[in-house]
Amino acid sequence: MSLRQILGKIALWFSVIVIVSPAILFFVWMLSLSVKYEIDNASYPPILIPDRFAWQNYADVLKSNRFITYFFNTLIVTGSATLLSLLVGVPAGYGIARMNAHRAAIVILIARITPGLSYLIPLFLMFQWIGLLGTLWPQIIIHLVVTVPIVIWIMIGYFETTPLELEEAARIDGATRWQIFAHVALPMARPGIAVAFILAVIFSWNNFVFGIVLAGRETRTLPVAVYNMISFDQLSWGPLAAAALLVTLPVLLLTMFAQRQIVAGLTAGAVKGG
Amino acid sequence: MSSLAESTKVVAGDSVADERLKEWRPPSYWPFVLPALIVVVAIIIFPWVFTVWMSFNEWKVGTPTAFVGLSNYLRLPNDPRFVESVWHTLVYTVFSVILPLILGTFAAVVFHNRFPMRGFLRGIFILPMMATPVAIALIWTMMFHPQLGILNYLLTLVGLPKSLWVFHPNTVIPSLVMVETWQWTPLVMLIVLGGLAALPTEPYESAMIDGASVWQIFRHITLPLITPFLFIAGMIRMIDALKSFDIIFAITQGGPGSTSETINIYLYSVAFVYYDVGYGSAIAVVFFVLIVLLAALMIYVRKRMHWAETGGAA
Repeated sequence: MSLRQILGKIALWFSVIVIVSPAILFFVWMLSLSVKYEIDNASYPPILIPDRFAWQNYADVLKSNRFITYFFNTLIVTGSATLLSLLVGVPAGYGIARMNAHRAAIVILIARITPGLSYLIPLFLMFQWIGLLGTLWPQIIIHLVVTVPIVIWIMIGYFETTPLELEEAARIDGATRWQIFAHVALPMARPGIAVAFILAVIFSWNNFVFGIVLAGRETRTLPVAVYNMISFDQLSWGPLAAAALLVTLPVLLLTMFAQRQIVAGLTAGAVKGG
Repeated sequence: MSSLAESTKVVAGDSVADERLKEWRPPSYWPFVLPALIVVVAIIIFPWVFTVWMSFNEWKVGTPTAFVGLSNYLRLPNDPRFVESVWHTLVYTVFSVILPLILGTFAAVVFHNRFPMRGFLRGIFILPMMATPVAIALIWTMMFHPQLGILNYLLTLVGLPKSLWVFHPNTVIPSLVMVETWQWTPLVMLIVLGGLAALPTEPYESAMIDGASVWQIFRHITLPLITPFLFIAGMIRMIDALKSFDIIFAITQGGPGSTSETINIYLYSVAFVYYDVGYGSAIAVVFFVLIVLLAALMIYVRKRMHWAETGGAA
């Protein structure tokens, strides 16, 4: 190895460390905050690894503040919104791709650039009139604003890449449109559906703005519950950090294990759009 | 269904089959699209129409409504809080586009190399943009704490004066931009990385033979080739930065005072704190128009730049 190559290697690793360290340091510090007693969190200079670990921070969070209720609320809202969006979005992506109806994508673009709050005003009034406030339904329905466009967008892109020949062959054999869709197109599109599913779950799970308006005390999702902990219930840092970590942990794990799908999904729309 | 007749025609020859393949896009795919169409009309199009309608009305929750024409819109330029929020939004957006673009491009060039644990490190790198924004905001708030926060400790370590971060009017927007940059640089990186993967190798080979430096190669070969991707990344970044809500709301709620109040935060206050739904709807409409105009402006500038580069040939 020449000197130039060695220097190049050093420069590369130095750059990698510089780039990745803000993310690593942040999450390490988050973990550190969550396992420290109040006295260690308030010490100066700050302590990274404490002498005594405050695991009870996690126990406190799980016991108090109806964390389990809010966890199931989030699970129901995210689960329902994701499944409903796949149910209507996957066939729609197929239909739009096969009809070459690219103008339909404009609606999805509008949905993409509209601030979420704009949907909240009219839908909030609607839910009030219908009398749905106080249940989880308003949140499930409004999360569709996020999940349906993602699913349709990814599925259009995916169905455009799946080969038409097999579908044509099935059609010649006398299969109906629905049979072709269910038995030929859908099985081939499984990787695309996985991408749409993962992204819909993450964006719905993380959503905050819809919850702060629509959720009552019984119907909060986890991001809203964590926000309310800051302002009302909890002032000590340890349990707060523990709660924050618990809320985002499923998403962090999903990101690490499904990185390939997430990268494909996030860049598909962007790169293809150009 | 005349599928039998069609299939006998199809077997007659390949050219016929090809033709049928092209023709075979009847509007009969509508049943597939219909359920989604109903959902989209109900939760995206209807709210839009309704918002425009409400913006022409004096509409407060709990009181009777009255048609007032354009008066909600005429209130906007005379509302100092709104005008100020537009400026905050623009300043916030400019820096939240430029910084992630520069850092994200650098990160993409680095991740374009091969090195051990590259996939794992890329996973770590994209965690900030996938993590739950409110959870992140909570930890950043603790890190910004003037006395106990880790950031001021780090500043004193390298001999810099302490800062009040999000607790002072002069530093609140730069601090929030820092969080936004930390959070969204990965998206720029992914888009540019996708662009780098699609680049041809020939120009690099000849540049290496000519002994060009790393910077020269980047400046004169890579950068021009990835410009389309930078443009897309910048566009997405701009739209998202304009709409940014979670981080700002959870960290400062627009404060101190209203010094970090963006349009989106102000819109929230008007609609869901003061319940002035008509005025809030007018803000929502103007906000949307602003986003579309800025996006259109970017596309226009890009086209002009393209003409300048190619001498008007394109």
